[in-house]
Amino acid sequence: MIKVTYIESDGTRRDVKVEEGANLMDAALDNLVPGIDGDCGGVCACATCHVHVEPSWIDKLVPMDATEDAMLELTDDRDESSRLGCQIKATPELDGLVVHTPEGQH
Amino acid sequence: MTETAVIIGGGQAGAQVAVSLRQEGFTGRVVLIGDEPVLPYQRPPLSKTFLAGEQAKERLFIKPAAFYEKINVEHILGEVVSEINSKHQEISLSSGQRLPYDHLILATGGRVRRLDCPGESHPQVHYLRTLADVEAMQDKFTTGARLVVIGGGYVGLETAAVAVENGLKVTVLVARPTPLGRVTSPDVGNFFKGVHREAGVTLCCSTGVESIEDTAGDGQVAAVVTDSGYRVLADIVVVGIGLLPNVELAGSAGVVCDDGIVVDEYGRTSVNNIYAAGDCANHPNPIYQRRLRLESVQNALDQGKAVAATICGKDKPYAQVPWFWSDQYDLKLQTAGINCGYDQTVVRGEMASRSFAVFYLRQGRLLAVDAINRPAEFVVARNILSKGLAVSAERLRDENIPAKALANEDTEKAIDKTALSQQQVA
Repeated sequence: MIKVTYIESDGTRRDVKVEEGANLMDAALDNLVPGIDGDCGGVCACATCHVHVEPSWIDKLVPMDATEDAMLELTDDRDESSRLGCQIKATPELDGLVVHTPEGQH
Repeated sequence: MTETAVIIGGGQAGAQVAVSLRQEGFTGRVVLIGDEPVLPYQRPPLSKTFLAGEQAKERLFIKPAAFYEKINVEHILGEVVSEINSKHQEISLSSGQRLPYDHLILATGGRVRRLDCPGESHPQVHYLRTLADVEAMQDKFTTGARLVVIGGGYVGLETAAVAVENGLKVTVLVARPTPLGRVTSPDVGNFFKGVHREAGVTLCCSTGVESIEDTAGDGQVAAVVTDSGYRVLADIVVVGIGLLPNVELAGSAGVVCDDGIVVDEYGRTSVNNIYAAGDCANHPNPIYQRRLRLESVQNALDQGKAVAATICGKDKPYAQVPWFWSDQYDLKLQTAGINCGYDQTVVRGEMASRSFAVFYLRQGRLLAVDAINRPAEFVVARNILSKGLAVSAERLRDENIPAKALANEDTEKAIDKTALSQQQVA
């Protein structure tokens, strides 16, 4: 288990315990974190689990692949901190990870 | 007085309506009724990762039980609605229980089309639509088992891919000249035919099924007899030959149905306070200016959202570009739009590289794309279609222009939508 903090658009912080190997979209849905839809079920097909990763954590993530990069183009406010939650898997190095969830998905 | 919204159907559309009603501010009672004994779950993985044993059952559920509690959505599971009394605004459950409604949402989905041939009830003949369907066939998916798939649509091909990767001996019988014939072009169908054959699947096109025989009279091994006279032995048969919309309940309540429950862009049926969404709903699409009945997650979700908004008095008509996906082997097929009526195809990239996109145009205007391992083309096509942009065939083909940039030119030239609407498809 690692700790991941989701910060909502209104500033609400929520610490969630995430099992190693689980992804941040599933963890958000399981813990009723608002702002994450996950329409396609986590297969990188819909871009409705968009999160902004806290800048200090961006380099610690496994870099995104071409599919995730392309799918992020569907999101409303993509920037250099944008990732899809379904593509971020919990690993011990990510203990303490902080991500920001949008008000809603596109 | 508190209003009650009753949702009939515990699939993706029904769940979305429940969630969206709360998001849109509905404060009344929300009751979700499903005929399956489980909370709403995702169907796409059933023929993909779940069938392959790569996805746990708990991961199929759209929301955990606690979520419905939190948003105060009641659910009645494993029960069938036997009657709608639209005059008294009341439904009856098979258990005899009655439930009054102010708003009734029909998210009744569809049921599998069944084989219509002698022997179709052989015990080894399976269909794939529900969680229970897959659980009933999973222990047959063992190395060396002989599987015959009847049908060359998404379900059939995805099942074949999972099976052959798990060491089954797989034969796929496709009635049409190419697989995926209902949803894509012969070129893309032939590409998938080649992919499956390369993976070791015996895939036969233009092949109908005459009958299913019980080889030893013990219900163990089936022989699928084709219209070309072949007998293919099977330890398990999986049939994926399409879906029939569940319209009977609506029809018996006087709701107009015509290839689905007929709704307007707000999801309203012909009867006051009755709405429909998802696979069962035949709706107008303003982008294509024609009616569509779609069987997809996107449609279930977006139409569900529109219905909930309508009930809450908001003006959010359903007007999305349809999109679909299919995962087979190392290939992700992503489709945006509806290619019906195309008069030109443009291939971007090399099919042999297993990474290409096929754009479908009519009179020079984009209708749809099939993107195979080309997510950027899928994304840009969605943008082009939803914004009504004009992009030439030459541009779409030109790989010197990055996919992302395809939508940048000619952005002012919005499509004359009548050009699209001229294609009326039966």
